[in-house]
Amino acid sequence: MLKDITLGQYFPGESVLHKLDPRTKLILTFVYVVALFAAVGPVTYSLMFVFLVASVLISEINLKTILRSVRPLIFIIAFTFILNIFFTRGEPLVQLWIITISREGLVTAAKMMARLVMLIVGTFLLTYTTSPIALTDGLERLLNPLKKIRMPVHELAMMMSIALRFIPTLIEETDKIISAQKARGADFDSGNLVRRAKALLPILVPLFISAFRRAEELAVAMESRCYHGGEGRTRMKQLKLMRRDAMAFIIGAILTAVIFTLRSMGF
Amino acid sequence: MAFLETRGLTHIYSPNTPFEHVAIRDIDFSAEKGEFLGVIGHTGSGKSTFIQHLNGLLRPTSGTVYFGGEDIFASKEKTRAIRFKVGLVFQYPEYQLFEETVFRDIAFGPKNMGLSEAEIDERVREAAGFVGLSESVLDKSPFELSGGQKRRVAIAGVIAMLPEVLILDEPTAGLDPKGRDEIIANIRQYQRSTGATVIMVTHSMEDVARIVDRLFVFEKGAIAMSGTPAQVFSRSEELKSIGLTVPKVTMVAARLRAMGLDIPPDIYTTKQLKTVLCALKGGRINA
Repeated sequence: MLKDITLGQYFPGESVLHKLDPRTKLILTFVYVVALFAAVGPVTYSLMFVFLVASVLISEINLKTILRSVRPLIFIIAFTFILNIFFTRGEPLVQLWIITISREGLVTAAKMMARLVMLIVGTFLLTYTTSPIALTDGLERLLNPLKKIRMPVHELAMMMSIALRFIPTLIEETDKIISAQKARGADFDSGNLVRRAKALLPILVPLFISAFRRAEELAVAMESRCYHGGEGRTRMKQLKLMRRDAMAFIIGAILTAVIFTLRSMGF
Repeated sequence: MAFLETRGLTHIYSPNTPFEHVAIRDIDFSAEKGEFLGVIGHTGSGKSTFIQHLNGLLRPTSGTVYFGGEDIFASKEKTRAIRFKVGLVFQYPEYQLFEETVFRDIAFGPKNMGLSEAEIDERVREAAGFVGLSESVLDKSPFELSGGQKRRVAIAGVIAMLPEVLILDEPTAGLDPKGRDEIIANIRQYQRSTGATVIMVTHSMEDVARIVDRLFVFEKGAIAMSGTPAQVFSRSEELKSIGLTVPKVTMVAARLRAMGLDIPPDIYTTKQLKTVLCALKGGRINA
């Protein structure tokens, strides 16, 4: 049950998108998000959509998985859609008691929905095609200049990798603890709110204890292998920008330029 | 129909996805009242998935579990009620302790059964007695105890529900030899004095050989062999081919037989070997 949660899931593959340098992908995702928010009219939106569809096709990730990423956020999307329909003033189309639906409202709502969905799919594409380790490596390298102002960049990246590494472990652990307490007759799905919150105690206490135990074990294991932070540390896998990364940057630059030009012309 | 029985039990994890995995397939299993059964098999052979069906924690993809002749999945209430009759002790159960005192942790199960304070008190003390915990430990925090003591507390937590079937998933894993023997003795004592059925999943062939009445060998989600320890261990070549071993005594006996001594193939305890060897020597028994 808990195992079905997909969070920052990575699908190994051999596509160009998989092979791109994680730094390239991070920057491109950022550029994509900026361009998406710069889009104003049908032309710019369609262009962003075409770009996204092309990326999805290149990634070779199956369409079902892509759509599944939107599912947990469907409530927020629907909520924004409805809010925008009712609270945008303009030329009224339908009028019911105090509720007015305007043409502008419909358009804005549709735009917001398209923007949200494209935002989610675009960012998920990053985690689908990049392994968590590559992602943190890339992030560490990108943030490297911040070391000059004494930002603990390496430590932050290490914390992020450890956190990502332990999500599945802790989920599995939670599953086990839930089963064990159920075997002793624990009942998690009946009674009022207070009773239900109390019923979580037999899960949370062992879970925290085991998380602390794991943290301590990991710290000892890292120290006994002489880990002492990022200073002077070398890497087994060196990140290297390739021709395809240059190509990706050019495409990204062109996309941004086109979007901003069209935007200034009001498309 | 047997006391506890499964028919055609099959469990598939994440069906219809790329991660689909058949954990157990078509398991027909039966246990009688008061039997001591052993389940052995490799990691990933489906043992743990199997036992979680016996108390209704996992729902089978197909097949059923019968307890006392009734389908345990007939209704939601029935499934929950069965958990008090079929007690399941997970692997490393000490990681599930959560209460402030040992007493309260052991009382968790009986409390969920809706028993009165007096009954709970009695059950907790009785269960603590079965696993050899002294009165003075009951007021301590379970987190102050040693690993072996914690394990006892966790086992007592299930025993306190006085289950008619007690299932234990590797109850002796990670304990020293002394702790191992003590836990096994505690479990036997519970079985003898309550007449409960005990099903023990284990890796230790020595444990299995010494105490179980019947044995089930799991291999790739199915029961590859079953029978008395003598029957199973006499097929040592087959056991080896699926990556399991036989008790060390059985190996010694097999070697001696290969050297030409007249020793039967179903030796699995030191006592048996000793008797046979002494008989061969001419009936003079002296250690």
